[in-house]
Amino acid sequence: MRAMKDPAPSRLEYRMKRLMLRRSMRPFRRYGMPVIALATLAGLWAVDEGRRESTAALVAELRNEIGERPELVVRMMIVEGASPELAASIRESLSVEFPVSPFNLRLAELSEKVLALDAVAHASLQVRSRGVLVVEVDERVPVAVWRRDDGVALLDKTGYRVASVPSRASRPDLPLVAGPGADAAIPEAVQLFDVARPIRDRLRGFIRVGERRWDVVLDRGQAIKLPETQAVTAFKKVIELDVAQDLLERDISVVDFRNPQRPVLRLGQTAFGTIHDG
Amino acid sequence: MMGDLYRNQRAMRAMRQTAMQRGVIAVLDVGTSKIACLILVLDESLDPENDEGIGNLAGQEKFRVIGAATTRSRGVEFGEATVLRETERAIRTAVQAAQKMAQCRVDHVMACASGGRPRSYGLAGQVQVEREIVTESDVAHVLASCDIPDYGADREILHAQPVNFVLDHRSGLTDPRNQIGQRLACDMHMLTADRAPIGNLAHCVRRCDLELAGLAMSSYVSGISALVEDEQELGAACIDMGGGTTGISIFLKRHMIYADAVRLGGEHVTHDIAMGFKIPMNVAERIKTFHGGVVATGVDDRDMIEIDAESDRWDGERRAVSRAELIGIMRPRVEEILEAARERLDAAGFEHLPSRQIVLTGGASQVPGIDSLAARILGQQVRIGHPLRVRGLPQAVTGTAFSSAVGLSLLAAHPQDECWDFELPLDVRAARPLKRAVKWFRANW
Repeated sequence: MRAMKDPAPSRLEYRMKRLMLRRSMRPFRRYGMPVIALATLAGLWAVDEGRRESTAALVAELRNEIGERPELVVRMMIVEGASPELAASIRESLSVEFPVSPFNLRLAELSEKVLALDAVAHASLQVRSRGVLVVEVDERVPVAVWRRDDGVALLDKTGYRVASVPSRASRPDLPLVAGPGADAAIPEAVQLFDVARPIRDRLRGFIRVGERRWDVVLDRGQAIKLPETQAVTAFKKVIELDVAQDLLERDISVVDFRNPQRPVLRLGQTAFGTIHDG
Repeated sequence: MMGDLYRNQRAMRAMRQTAMQRGVIAVLDVGTSKIACLILVLDESLDPENDEGIGNLAGQEKFRVIGAATTRSRGVEFGEATVLRETERAIRTAVQAAQKMAQCRVDHVMACASGGRPRSYGLAGQVQVEREIVTESDVAHVLASCDIPDYGADREILHAQPVNFVLDHRSGLTDPRNQIGQRLACDMHMLTADRAPIGNLAHCVRRCDLELAGLAMSSYVSGISALVEDEQELGAACIDMGGGTTGISIFLKRHMIYADAVRLGGEHVTHDIAMGFKIPMNVAERIKTFHGGVVATGVDDRDMIEIDAESDRWDGERRAVSRAELIGIMRPRVEEILEAARERLDAAGFEHLPSRQIVLTGGASQVPGIDSLAARILGQQVRIGHPLRVRGLPQAVTGTAFSSAVGLSLLAAHPQDECWDFELPLDVRAARPLKRAVKWFRANW
């Protein structure tokens, strides 16, 4: 008789088999072991550097081939929702060379570039069918002109800087604001500008004082000092007074409405003299 | 003594409860020639209708065999593990193969032992019923009142089963609870075995990381599976002819009332063949199973058996013996085994039973012609008993050699009441602490 191998499992083998038969090991047997086996195979295959490189090259080549197919290649760009000047500056800032493979277009980067332009509030980029790159933008609309020491800028309704202009005269339709912190209170300034419609021809601008309240400056050196809160109501009262009693036509240099309960008028030089002489 | 027994057996019983809750238990038959392991799923909700025509027999509808394995036994002599390391390996082989078939891990195992020189005792006890109606505590009292004989310090109680209850001259009660009476008596059958083989078996099982959930005598469990219900009811003996021992158990009224074992078995037949023909044991075993028999006829003289078929002798000599010669060696040994069994049955008073059916089972009962030989020695009512059909049992494990494994699984699903299933009455249990308290009072006042 030839010698037979001992059929009995060793103690360790027996214990391992029993461990594997535990109910809690069932997911491991079903998923864990195949995954480990496949990962080991892949790892053994990828040990050789040449194989790894050739695979990478193959993948890159395949990518290029697919990207250059006529159905997929991007040939033109359309800018929607922007004025012609803004569209031109968007094209300039993106500087995409067409035709281009869609794999080489990094839409996230491009959209950041578009958003970096001051006049753009929102931007979304899409590659649509027939190779068109569509840039949809929400343009910021300027509502005020802000004069500062270093130049004149346009602000939108949230106070965000839209563009620089050479002088205030380039946008005479917009109100002029000045003073530090004026950009933070643009909505109020726009409301005040609406209220000021009866005296629009005399209005020179709004000055933000101490980053808390507005002064309305008219021609002839007249100023209306408005309170911190409810400035619009106070300004309406002034306008009503002007419409009813020609308040601002008189020789008054300052209408001080900082305390609405107790408005103060400062007379002009002539009027002052007249009162004293009289 | 009683308390110790209660602790051990109750611990095993608790383990069996845990196994029942988990629903998986293994059954291990450690024999002299083979080790069989079955894995059972215990499930009350198994549908008995759609399963290979097995009906609602004997309560075996409650479980299903999902794993079965057999391996050659190693290091076991006369049903007792003598080389523990080898036996442990064989158990590991069987358990692992069965687990692999079942795809399921088992932690609890019921084992049966065939060795250990079993000895039967009939005990009787009697108490007055406390109130009119017999309660559980009365049953516990009467079981505790059985005076246990001195069965030897190196022996262990394997079974202690209440067999019969007597309530005021009404005998033959199986469950006296809630009946009205004054005097309650009981008969108990107690089976003891040598402590060392039992302890060795438990040790081997524990070394395989398994919890022992029960121990049974193999002659008892093979009787459960090989005897049909009528035989168990009316009285029958089961002779389990194993490899190293031949177990005998007598059943009456569905209870085992006697068990014994003869330390002779099929391996002795193999041994005789090997010595008679001067051939290795494995060849002897082979020709015994292929060509063996106990009744010779004229044609057997011309039926030549090549006994050196696989020999690699240098001179290429080939020998052949006639089948008649083989039978001539086997028959005296088989007769000796059967006569020894006959002696034990006579000693137990088997002839007084109402029905004297004898059922031969076990691996050695597969010898052709043994039924006619046994009829000559044991009496006319002899048959070969195959184990009960059990759901899920593979065909290879349905032979007579597996009747104790199958019987053990029946026992696992339907345990017999043992005396330790009843709470030990409080006065017996509390005797020692109370005595100590009295002593303390005497000493201090």
